[in-house]
Formats: sequence, C-alpha cells, structure tokens
Amino acid sequence: MKYIFIILFFTSSYLFSFQDQDSKSAKVSFEVSGVCDMCKSRIDEGVIKIKGVKYANWNINSNNISIIYNSRKTKLDSIKKNIAALGHDTDKYKAKDEVYQSLPECCYYKTLSIH
Amino acid sequence: MRKLLLLISFAFLLSFSFTYSQNFINGTIVYENQFGETLPFSRSYCLLAKYKLGTLSDIDGNYEIPLSNSSNKLVFKFLGFKDQVIDITDKKIYNITMFIDDNILDEVTINKKRKTIQKSYFKTQNITNVSSDELLKAACCNISESFETNPSIDVNYSNAVTGVKQVKMLGLESPYLLITEENIPMIRGASQVYGLSFIPGTWVESMQITKGSGSVVNGFESISGQINVELKKPYSDSPFFVNVYSNNMGRNEINIHGNKIINDKLSTGLYLHANKNSSINDKNNDGFLDNPTSDAFNLFNRWQYINTEKGLVSFLGVRFMKDEKIIGENTQDMIFIRDPWRGEINTNRFDSNFKFGYVNPSIPYQSIGFQMAYSNHDQDSFFGIRNYNINQSSFYSSLIYNTILGSTLNKIKFGFNYSYDDFDEIVDKQNIFYSRIDKSFGGFFEYSYDSMDAVSLVAGIRYDIHNNLGDFFTPRLHMRYQPFEKSVMRFSVGTGRKSSNIFSENQNIFATGRDIQILNKSGKFYGLDSEKAINYGFSFRQGFFINNREGDITFDYYVTDFKNQVVVDWETQGELSFYNLNGKSFAKSLQIDFEYQISDNVLIKSTFKNFDVKKQYVSGFKQNPLTPKNRFFTNIEASTNERENGSKWKFDLTYNWIGTQRLTSHTELVDFGGYSPSYSLLNSQITREFSNKLEVYIGGENIGGYTQSNPIIGGDPFGADFDTSLIYAPIHGALFYLGLRLKL
Repeated sequence: MKYIFIILFFTSSYLFSFQDQDSKSAKVSFEVSGVCDMCKSRIDEGVIKIKGVKYANWNINSNNISIIYNSRKTKLDSIKKNIAALGHDTDKYKAKDEVYQSLPECCYYKTLSIH
Repeated sequence: MRKLLLLISFAFLLSFSFTYSQNFINGTIVYENQFGETLPFSRSYCLLAKYKLGTLSDIDGNYEIPLSNSSNKLVFKFLGFKDQVIDITDKKIYNITMFIDDNILDEVTINKKRKTIQKSYFKTQNITNVSSDELLKAACCNISESFETNPSIDVNYSNAVTGVKQVKMLGLESPYLLITEENIPMIRGASQVYGLSFIPGTWVESMQITKGSGSVVNGFESISGQINVELKKPYSDSPFFVNVYSNNMGRNEINIHGNKIINDKLSTGLYLHANKNSSINDKNNDGFLDNPTSDAFNLFNRWQYINTEKGLVSFLGVRFMKDEKIIGENTQDMIFIRDPWRGEINTNRFDSNFKFGYVNPSIPYQSIGFQMAYSNHDQDSFFGIRNYNINQSSFYSSLIYNTILGSTLNKIKFGFNYSYDDFDEIVDKQNIFYSRIDKSFGGFFEYSYDSMDAVSLVAGIRYDIHNNLGDFFTPRLHMRYQPFEKSVMRFSVGTGRKSSNIFSENQNIFATGRDIQILNKSGKFYGLDSEKAINYGFSFRQGFFINNREGDITFDYYVTDFKNQVVVDWETQGELSFYNLNGKSFAKSLQIDFEYQISDNVLIKSTFKNFDVKKQYVSGFKQNPLTPKNRFFTNIEASTNERENGSKWKFDLTYNWIGTQRLTSHTELVDFGGYSPSYSLLNSQITREFSNKLEVYIGGENIGGYTQSNPIIGGDPFGADFDTSLIYAPIHGALFYLGLRLKL
C-alpha cells in the first residue's frame, strides 16, 4: 500500500510536468546579432526571462538562437520584439539606436566581429 | 616592428566592495613605446562577463565608465602590457600610464591553467572539484591515500597493524559520508573501512566533494557530506597508460590501462592494477610489522555507448578485486616461546553496473536516467584469536527524470531508488553469527531555481520505506547568494540517517584485547538503534586581486547534530562498548581556506581547521578521542614553464600541523597526561615531465620522520590490555618513492 502511495505521488508529479508538453510547445530557431560571450549571457538570460519561454540557447558562431516556448503564453513576434528591446537585432525587429548605444561596448556587433 | 596591433584587449575588471554613487569616472590612458614616446591608447574591445560594465578608450586614449556600487577597483588590461589596478577614491579623473610587459610581448600565448582543486562561485551546493592532476600529487596509490594534499578531508591512521588510512570530514568518520562511484552508492557496509583503498588513484577522472548534507537524489545516508568519484571514460581517456611505483618500504604498484574506440558509438576500456609488498618492516623495533605484507589485484572492464543523434548514452562495467594482507608480529626475525600474534585480511569483491541515459534531442531540458548495480563483498579475516568475516551482497537501482517547470530557470528532478543489502557476519572468538537484510524503496523530488545571476537554491525531499529504519521523510535545502562577482555565500540544511554496521565500521576493535560489549538489546541493528542527524552549515567565499593576481578566502562553518548515534566507547581500558546515545552529540567544524596565486607558476593554499566534536559517554560529556581540535595545512605547488617539446618540472610541498588529541585512558599512556603531543608532517613531490607522454616522479611522505613512540601497547598481545588502535601519529617514519607514468 505504502509503495503504491510513493509511486502515485512521484508519478503524478511526472504527469503534472508533462501536462504542458504537448502541442502548445513550439520550437524555433532564428538569427540574433551578437559578437561575444557577454552578448551570449545577455541574450540567454534576457530571453529565458520572457514569460512563456521555456528554453533558450544562443550560439555565438552561428548567431542562431534556439527557443522552445509555450505558444499560449507568448508569440514568436513578441519574443523577437523583446530581443530587439535588449539591444540585439533580429530578422524582424531592429534594436533602437539609443538601446544599442547603451550596450556594453564589447557587444557593438555593428562594428565589431565575433570575438 | 613588433606586432603590437595583433590582438589588443582591454577590460575593466571589477572586484568587490562598496562605493555608493552613480557618477562617472574618466581619464586618459597613455603608454610609452620602445622609443620613449608617450602615445594615447586607442580603442579595442572590452570583455567582462558578470557585471556588464566595461568600456573602451577612444582614439585619443580617453575613457569614461559609470561608477558601480559593487566595485571600488578598476583594472586596466591590455594584452602585451602590465595590468594596472587602481583604487577608486573621491577623485573622478584617473589618468593611467600603461607599461609594456617585456615578458609576454614577443610571443603572445594565452594560457590559463586550470586549478587542480576547484571551487565554484555558481554551484548552489558547496562542492569542491578535485581533478586527476591533484590526485597525481599524492602519487600513491589509491583514493584513501589521495587526500593528503587536500584540506577538505582529513586522513587518519585507524590502527598500528593494518596500515589503513581512514578519512574524516567535518570531524566525523567516513561512515557518515556518502561515498558514491558515478553516483552509485559504493563504499558502504562491509567495504566501509577498506573500500576507498580498493579504488586505484589512476582510475579516477575527478572527484566531487560536497560539504554538508548532499542531494536527496542519491539517498538518505549522507550526513556530513558526500564524495563522488568519477572514473575514467573509455571514449575520452588516452589509449594506453602505464604507471609503476616503488617505495623504500618495499611496496610496488603497477597500473595498466588500455582503451579502444571500436566505432563512433562504442568504446571499451580495460584497467588493471596490482600491488605487492613482501618486505618485512619493523623500523620501530616493537616486534610488529609496521605495515602489512600484501598482495592485491584489481581488474575493471567498462563499455561506453554514445549516440549523439538519438541522445543516448550507456555504460556497462564489470570489476573484480582481490586483496590479501598479513599483519602482526615479525615471525621472520624473532623466535617465539608462545604463539605469535598474527592476522590476515583477505577480501574478494565483485562489482557490476549498468547505466543508461536518454536526452530528448529536440527538447534538451528533458532527460531520463536509469542505473543499477550489483556487488558482492567478501572479507575473511582474523586478528590474533579474534575472527571477523563479512559477506555483503548488494543490489541498487535508481530511475531519475529531469525536466523543467515553466522555463529552465526552474528545474525539477524526481525518481525512485531501490536498494537491497544482505549481510552475514561471523564475529570474534566465539564466532557469533549475525545476519541481516536491509531493503529500502524511496521516491525523491528535487526542485532547483537559478536566477542566472545572484540567487539559486535547491530544495529536495525524499520519502523512504525501509524494513529496519522504518518509513521517513528526508528534507534537504541548499541556497546560494552571490551579491558581487567574487563574493558568494551558501547555506545548507538537511537530515540524514544510517544503519550502523558496528563491526565493519570499527574493525580496529579486533586488533585489541578489549572485551566487546553491546549495551542495548532492543534495536534492529545488533540491538542498537539507527543513527539520525541534522546537518546545517554556512559558507562564505570572497575572491580578490592583490597585485592583480587572483586569490580567495573561504569560511566554512558546519554543525552536525545527532538525534541518535551509536556511541563507540573506548574510554575504559580492556573494554569496548557500543550503545545508543543518551544525551547530546555534535560535531562543529570551522574551516578557513586561503588561496593565492603568487605568480604564474606558483600557487599557495593554506587552511586552518577547528573541530569541536563532543558526545555524551557513559563516563561523561567528552571530546571525541583521537580527533585533533586544531589543524593547519599549507600546500605550495610550482612548475616551470612548459617547453616546446612539452617538458617541464613540477614541485609540490605539503605541510600539515596536527594539534593535540584527547587520548583514552590506558596505563601505558598516563605519561601523556590525557593528550597527545602536536606534531608536523611534511610531504613533497617532484615530477619531471619529459614530454606529454612520459613523466617520472619522486617524492617523500612524512619527510621529518615523526612517529608515534608507542603505537602498540598493553604487553601480552593476547591479554585484555593489548591495544593497537590508540593511534595519533604515523607509525612508519620517512617514506620515499619513485615512479614513472607513460601515456600513449
């Protein structure tokens, strides 16, 4: 009996975590401008903190970001807008000049190459 | 013309402290070229990960940077130039002159050595990672001997005849540690005393030492901490490796490893270890061998399967170990009118394990892991006329699932463990037979939060159903707060329980004439109750730059408070009793570590430790015997620059000061007045790397040759007063060794 209790308790948490695993999860990959490790920590941290984003990983060499997000909580368009607001250009939205100017200077991707 | 423009980097590194202003600092940076002209420093780019502050100088060498609350230092870095560090005061303008660093300008190589003992700023738990390079510093020969150069773990001799070194952490003996091999509980029950000595040092890829209660994932047993040993992996280890070792006490060791990559997914490794010590040593002329004569053989085969496209990884391992030790009186050089006191410890062990892991390649934050292990440990031994045989068969399996809640800032782990242990023991002169089966089934759940900057926490709980310990919850919590880049504080609290295998954990009682008594009758473990404790602790680490060299200082304070403990009472001469704790028992441990990189090639580490370990004995509330209250440790490692052919010299020096220890009363120890003298030990090693393939090492342990004058006491070895276990210092004097490593 106790064994069943344990199994039920821990299996239910399994099911619980799987609940939102279905069709609502969307996986995308697109380009985000950046040139250094600081850009990476800025982008990864900024994106994962957007509501609805479950996973984010930006690659410095390809400039591609992989994102998994809950399509009921956020839209791709709004993620891209948020990234541009961080100061990093995407295919659809560009960072505003004053935001770009406020980036750490090592992140000036318009004039610097990957370093 | 030197290639000055090649790669110029410039950064403001911010270290700790407090300046409360949001203003800007500015100034001009200039340098002097080789013709003595002063020129402005023109732009390059900044690096700085954590605090997102950093700037560039413009074409005229002017810079401007906002003041940070968390910093009172500016570091000007420019490859090819000496670093300049300034303290920020009330001034707003700082003009800097950079000087060419003659040492590196001609040939620029960026070379950051990885430290052999690493502590992380980012991990939530207080974990020290020990690399295989650190293990090389104590060249001989197995893990129990490898902690001599490591301040987190203390090494003690347990008695004067078996030569076994036992480890302690936070002032508590190794049974209170959970020792795992690749996260499978390994050194437990029957293997508790000798187990660490059965893992050859060369097999080890790295070790993780966790202070305080560990993770709930690996079980409820860890009380004072956890040591996890990662073994070499066939896929990443070098194809062929040989180590030979020989010392002046007659011990010879050999290790041979071979690894083969069969195809891009499958690889296998065969690891062999043997040692032999046939020389009779009685340097202190007490008629007893200072160390056992021994013969050991250890064979391990493992298979590794990796499929990156499908996200699969799997390991299969089989291992066999045989170890024979002969201890006791020197029957070769002495003539006896009575029977000599001798003993043998013969161990056979079989281990097998299987692990399987799956990471969903399209959902990288979900993974599942399964592991199972079977082992049989069989020890037949006698000490004079006392016998001790133990056979333990163990089965362990666990299933773990990792996923996220919402986003990867919130991770969860949960799963089940099942363990089964079957013990059979034959104990003492009367050959008393004990048999016990321990079965437990438990589920665990662990939540971790990481804000990706200053805060993280791990909270775990498990519920176990155990046939002898009952049903119980085990909660554990770890928190980390990192207010500044180089400051981190940690807090942990958790409970742990264990069944006490009193004979296998205290085998040194058999090499005495003491009458063994168990004072309780009603418990499930030899009449005794299970052990239960709560551990909590706080740690603070502050990094710094002095002279622009890195260093740090760490304070650790941990308390283990026992709710129940099996007390091993050595207080009365001729008697040894086990009983349930009736009163208080605690271990308080304070550790202060200091580490500083004096130059590129010299690192110094110092540690002071204070232990307050007390418990209620029948005879009163006392400090644990043979536990030094204070210890001091210093290690210096140095090396020469590596030449083009890969050759270099490495030097290592370890100094240990061990404070006084309370001795239990014995008529032959009355001269000491109840406390052992304090003493110092010095170990050193020199390694010559001829290339990346071949190296030769020589070294010495206990170079000063300090020994305990009377390790074996009590006269007649068959009498009640005979004792070999009141050991506070080394038995053998200076030991020198020579060895060679070849890696292809």
